[in-house]
Amino acid sequence: MTDALLTGANASTEVPLKRRLRRAERARQVKALALVLPLLVFLLFTFAGPIAGMLWRSVDDREVRQVLPQTIAALASWDGRDLPDEKAYAALAGDIMAARASGTIAIAAKRLNYALNGFRTILTSTARNLKTVPEPGTARETLGKINPAWRERATWTTIKDASGPMTGFYLLSALDLTRNVDGAIVAAPPDQAIYRDVFVRTFLISLSVTALCLILGFPVAYLLAALPPGRSNLLMIFVLLPFWTSLLVRTCAWIVLLQGKGVVNESLLWLGIVDTPLRLIYNRFGVCVAMTHVLLPFMILPLYSSMKAISPAYMRAAASLGAPPVAAFLRIYLPQTLPGIGAGSLLVFILALGYYITPALVGGAADQMISYFIALYTTETANWGLASALGAVLLLATILLALVYGKLVQGQQVTGGMKN
Amino acid sequence: MSDSPSLRTPSQRIAWAATIVISTLVFIFLIAPILAIMPLSFSSGSYLTYPLPGLSLRWYDDFINSPRWMNSLKNSMIIGVASTLLSMVLGTLAALGLAQWKSRFKPLVLAFVLSPVVVPGVITAVGLYFFFAPIGLTGSYLGLILAHTALATPFVVITVGATLQSFDTNLARAAASLGASPLDAFRRVILPLILPGVASGALFAFATSFDEVVIVLFMAGPEQRTLPREMFSGIRENISPTITAAAVILTTVSVILLATLEGLRRRNERLKGSA
Repeated sequence: MTDALLTGANASTEVPLKRRLRRAERARQVKALALVLPLLVFLLFTFAGPIAGMLWRSVDDREVRQVLPQTIAALASWDGRDLPDEKAYAALAGDIMAARASGTIAIAAKRLNYALNGFRTILTSTARNLKTVPEPGTARETLGKINPAWRERATWTTIKDASGPMTGFYLLSALDLTRNVDGAIVAAPPDQAIYRDVFVRTFLISLSVTALCLILGFPVAYLLAALPPGRSNLLMIFVLLPFWTSLLVRTCAWIVLLQGKGVVNESLLWLGIVDTPLRLIYNRFGVCVAMTHVLLPFMILPLYSSMKAISPAYMRAAASLGAPPVAAFLRIYLPQTLPGIGAGSLLVFILALGYYITPALVGGAADQMISYFIALYTTETANWGLASALGAVLLLATILLALVYGKLVQGQQVTGGMKN
Repeated sequence: MSDSPSLRTPSQRIAWAATIVISTLVFIFLIAPILAIMPLSFSSGSYLTYPLPGLSLRWYDDFINSPRWMNSLKNSMIIGVASTLLSMVLGTLAALGLAQWKSRFKPLVLAFVLSPVVVPGVITAVGLYFFFAPIGLTGSYLGLILAHTALATPFVVITVGATLQSFDTNLARAAASLGASPLDAFRRVILPLILPGVASGALFAFATSFDEVVIVLFMAGPEQRTLPREMFSGIRENISPTITAAAVILTTVSVILLATLEGLRRRNERLKGSA
């Protein structure tokens, strides 16, 4: 009977209560989202938008079509197998006259020169020597006389390739690729093919720094995890102080220490270990030392927290079951630190990939990483398309590694939760 | 070491001794460079080597009397404080929202909010340079403050989020059931409890802005150069002892920030222990 009463009572109130609860919950969710929204909008404006803009620039190709609109229109029906017809020559002559009057020749010349070295001269010399619009039917002859390059197919395919509005040209260049006169993707000429080397160098420097950090960081993390909290907290200052010290201060410190008349060389000379100062900086050695110093805390801290979570009981159990210490370490302890090693190594590697300041200050010309070239093409030569394309490749690599890192750290949390 | 882990065999003792020796060397590697340049700033000579010819404060004098260095210190402070305040507001609100929000998109939103920390500085800087130049935000304080806020806010979200994990949401409900308006409940119940998290987030945020140089390199005009930016050009041109004086000033700020953070952490642990 009480059962019947209860179900009866429930039946009368259940529906409205459920609905009320759901409504309250929905209001809570809307309120929660409203709290996150300001930051999302802010980041859209100051972070995501700018990066999307950069990515857009790596495929944006509208300069030539703005300066030479009629030529682009005339070339639309050109199959690219032979020289274009008289109509295209006449359109080009008209475009060049108009561009000279408005002073926009240089914009198109700069873009076309990226694709074909010497195009700037072709275009400017033509603009200089083309006095009047050629008589109908003579444009091909007139332009050919001013500059014989107009009789070559490559000159025209270059214009057609740059006709926009979007291009794969910069992204291909960033990977040392280009399109040949027939439109097939081929290796770029050796004098322009420098970026694969730069990517390999960036990768190798990051890898060496990660390895150095792991070798140096592992014993430190082990010590910190093994010591009682009071002592390890004290020693942790040695890790946290460099972590908090400005990057510029640390880079400056290494220059002061390692330069020709620096502290290290002077001491070595004074001790009589060397006769002439060693070259310790403005080379690969200096870059690796300074970057390892900067990134080492990022290795020690995740390693430390993964080691801290390993119960000493495991090692005791291994020992009591007769495992020799080395075997116990290799087969019981080390496997449990692998998530920490993975997280620390990936973190250091990701951060090292994007390094700019330290290599720029302590590296030589042959030690500059990809970020240096992105900065160079942005501020010095203003080849924004190429800077953006190189940035897109770096961003892609970073995002992929960050996703792996995210999975790794998430997995750790899950297993950690299960252990407890 | 008396309190080392249980060491029974000689090989274990050797391994432990090796760990201590290697770790000591690594600690020296980590700390020595920072310590080594400090005394050089008190040198009376202008060469950056030991032994010092004598002690003086001439390089600090030089720093204080140089409008360039003092202006850069002032800029670092203005930009650092402004972006810290802005990221505190945005980050705390977002962390409060994210703690209550239940959705399958939450990991995605969280990844987006934290991504400024992971994306290489040059990419953010180049993007901002292209994006801010046409709207007149390059070469302005506002542009730098906005950019630094984007980089610093993730730290506030992380620290406040961590505090909220140990926060009993029933306290906010209790406040509401006792008649407190949402604003009152926030101001008098939630805020005091999450304040340590907000404060550590603010310290991280300030340190991020105070140390940032890549974005400043791209976006600052001569008027907005910050202390790290001035050091960057100083190191490029020629390293004078004035730079070491600047380095000592920067390091002092770092030590103060670290000590404050450590104090906050200890206080937090004490409060947790007594509860």
